[in-house]
This record gives sequence, structure tokens and C-alpha cells, in this order.
Amino acid sequence: MDAGQKEEYLREYEVLKKKGKPFFPYAVAKDSVMFLVVVVVIAVMSIILGAEQGPKADPTTTTYTPRPEWYFFFLFELLRVLKPAALTPLATIGIPTMALVLLLLLPFYDRNPERDPRRRPVATTAGIMVIIAMALLTFLGAEAGAPTEIEMDVAPQYEDGKVAVAGQGCLTCHKIGENGGDLGPELTDIGSKLPAAGIRRTLINPSGIMPPYSALPPDKLDSMVEFLASLR
Amino acid sequence: MAKFPDTLIPPPLRKPAKPGQNGHRNGNGASPNGDSEEKSVVVEKLKEAPVDLVGWVDERTGASPFLTGMLLRKVPKGTNWFYTLGSATMFAFIVQALTGVFLAMYYTPSPVEAYASITNITNDVFMGEFVRGLHKWGSSVMIILIFLHMGRVFFFGAYKYPRELNWVIGVVLIVLTLVMGLTGYLLPFDQRSYWATIVAMNINGTGPIVGPYLADFLRAGAEFESTTLSRFYALHMLLVPGAIIALIGAHLYLVVKLGTTAPPWVRGDTKPKSLRKEKVG
Repeated sequence: MDAGQKEEYLREYEVLKKKGKPFFPYAVAKDSVMFLVVVVVIAVMSIILGAEQGPKADPTTTTYTPRPEWYFFFLFELLRVLKPAALTPLATIGIPTMALVLLLLLPFYDRNPERDPRRRPVATTAGIMVIIAMALLTFLGAEAGAPTEIEMDVAPQYEDGKVAVAGQGCLTCHKIGENGGDLGPELTDIGSKLPAAGIRRTLINPSGIMPPYSALPPDKLDSMVEFLASLR
Repeated sequence: MAKFPDTLIPPPLRKPAKPGQNGHRNGNGASPNGDSEEKSVVVEKLKEAPVDLVGWVDERTGASPFLTGMLLRKVPKGTNWFYTLGSATMFAFIVQALTGVFLAMYYTPSPVEAYASITNITNDVFMGEFVRGLHKWGSSVMIILIFLHMGRVFFFGAYKYPRELNWVIGVVLIVLTLVMGLTGYLLPFDQRSYWATIVAMNINGTGPIVGPYLADFLRAGAEFESTTLSRFYALHMLLVPGAIIALIGAHLYLVVKLGTTAPPWVRGDTKPKSLRKEKVG
């Protein structure tokens, strides 16, 4: 904006301001309504959604794959989209830093004196695209589910075992239902192939590259065996 | 009725009697109907007290021109509900600050006790789960509102001259709000928060040049240790909120000083009528 445009803006703003209403009580009234809305929404969310506590942090379960808070899903998904190791720094630091610098310096490279979104096609399009991209990444990140999450409905008595199996990272190599990798044999119907005792033997004394799970507490191992044996 | 002591209001606060009403205070001679007269004077004085107090404070701070200027300043024509998003974000922050103080009273920032103290807040403390829920969901609401506010400023072109600096402050506030989300996520010390934090710090570590140092700073060492949690706690409830409060102050100062924008489609007629006629003719 050159000096002339600046002056013209300030003059027009002065005129609009003269025609406006005083902050108190008009804007204050709207803000107060908004205050009530914000507080009520948060309170209702707190009552309905609550604040459940997850299992206690356990540094020994090295395979627990974390999930960030939903508003970091877009970053999380970026990491999944750019999976090759060479691109990881780009996803973790490169793109977010660039986006942040672009955002911070926006008023300094957008020199267009026009303010109406309908007459700023480039800025408006870019803004809408960014919103769509962020929304899409957030949605995909939310859909993806944690790699250690077994999305399967099981009878309540097997729930503990399911959590234990997920927590031990079996999905890194084995497929269970919709989740998991294909390095080891699929476990979706392992219960029909191996008896519970066989499953237990394999967990304690596995063949090939599978690590032994003999060091687990007995009740945890029992629940895992029960869960796996129930898969038919 | 007992005599109301004149010393209740210190002399600087006492207002000189209005002309024509000076009868009693300076009055010589007893009033004809004693007590009731006395009572009305006391009531009168008490009614004046707030005004006097305001006057006293104003005389010493000079705040009233500032306050009236702020409250009665004109908001441009066309200001609509989109303009409440900034205040709404601040209200969400206030909810976070108040519930945060409450939670800090019961929370123990040590890896051994943190989880149990959260269990205690959730199950035993009166309204504990509700307040924890307010804090947990308040953060999501604040993030949504701050992004909506940024969207409004972006699409209305409100970041342009003369408000560029306020845009920059706003972006820093967004980053700090996300940092609050990140540091607060570890504090409940459950599996989710622990492992998400490990990953977040590893991600920091991949950054060029400063990355490893930043990760070491956050972890308070090369590995996740007991000091890490207290470090996150200090960042989450002292450093970052302090910075946020200071920047909200600067943000609001600039808002009051520069004024809020009018919606870009509302035009003001800047040309005097006579000038316009000349042009047409």
C-alpha cells in the first residue's frame, strides 16, 4: 500500500467508525452472549464427554503407538503421507515450519490493498484450499486409528486380552481383523488353527524372528492367550 | 440509631457538601427532629461513597479517560457476530486459566504420583471430574475458536495496514496455544500422553540445527526422565500462560488503539458531497 492508499483507508475507516455504535453496550452485549455460549458449550461437553483416564504410562511397553490430541492430527497424518524415511524431516519440521513462516509474514507479502474476499481471488482461494487441506488431513488422521488399535468387537471377558495384545505390538507383524502387518502369519482366525496351549507355547518360545513374551506377568499372558484362542 | 462515625470514610474521599445542603455537617445548633435527620445524612454520605472512591482512584491513576475512551469508542458500522470470535477465544482461555488453577491445587508433577493425583481429582475431589472435563474440552474449544478467529481476520483482510503487527502477535498466540496443548497432554501421565509426548520430542529432535537441543531442553536431558514431567508442568502453567497473557494484553491494546475493522463490503463515503458534484459536473 502506498501512502495515498493508506490515507484513503484511514479516512474511510474514520467515516465508518463515526457511523458505528459505541463498544459499550453494543459490542459488549454480543461478547457477553458469546461468553455464555462458550462456557455452556464447554460445560456440556465436560458433562457428556467426561474426562476418562487412560491406563497409566508404562515406559516398558515400547510398542504402544501414540495418538496425539485431535488438533494435531493434521501433523500426524502428514507424517503418514510422507512415509519414506528421506521425507520424514520434511513432514516433521520442513512443511510445518514453512507454513508457519508463511502465516506469520502474511501481511508483509500480501500487498494487495483490497480487503473484500470476493475481490482477492488468489488469497481467498489459497485460504479455502488451506482449510480444505487441514480438514482433510485431520479427518484422515482421525480415521487412520492407532496402529496398535485392534478395531474388533469382542466379548467383554476377552477385552483385557485384546488390549494386552494391542499393547504388546503384535500388529507390527501380524494381521488381526482389519489391522496389522503381514510380516508374520495372520491371526484373525488363529483360534481355529492352534489350541490355546499351542498359542501359549508360541508366545513363550516362539520360532523365527518373533520375540518371546515369557517375561510378561502370568495374568497378562493368560488374557492374551484367551483372546487369541477366541479368534475363530 | 447509633451515630455513624465520620471517620469511616477517610478525609480524601469525603466530598465537600453540596451548596445548599451544608446545613447539617457544618450546622450549628441541634436539628429539630434529631435521629431521622442524622440518618438521612448518613445514608446520603454512603450513597456518595462509591462516587468519591472512584474519584479518589481516578485522581491518582488517571484511568477514567482511558476507560471511557475504551468503553465508549465507536465500533465501525457493520460489525457483526464474526467479530466476537476473538473475545470468545479469550473467554475460553479464561476458563482454561481458572480450571487450571483448580487442577494445580491437587496435581502432583512427579512421574510416580501424577497418575494417582489425576485419579484422585477424577474420583474423590468434589466436582473434580467436571473441572477436569472443562479443562480438557476447553482446550479443544479454544483451538477451534482461535482458528475461526484467524479465518475471520484472513477473509476480511483485517490483517492489512495498519494492523499487520497484530496479525503477527495473533499467529504467535496460536503457536503458544498449540504448545499449551502439547505440554498439557503429558500431564495426566497415561499411556496416550506419555507415548504421544515421546513422539513429539523425537519429532523436535529431527529438526535442523536447533532440533536436538530443543528436544534435550524439553526432556531435561537425553532421555525421558522424572524431571521431564516437572519441566512440562512448569512450561504448561508458568512460562507459556504468562507469555499468552502478556501477548493477549498487547493484542487487545492494539485492537483498542487501532479499532476493529469494518466488514470489507461495508463502504464508507469519504468524498465530501460538494467535491463529488464538481467531479460529476
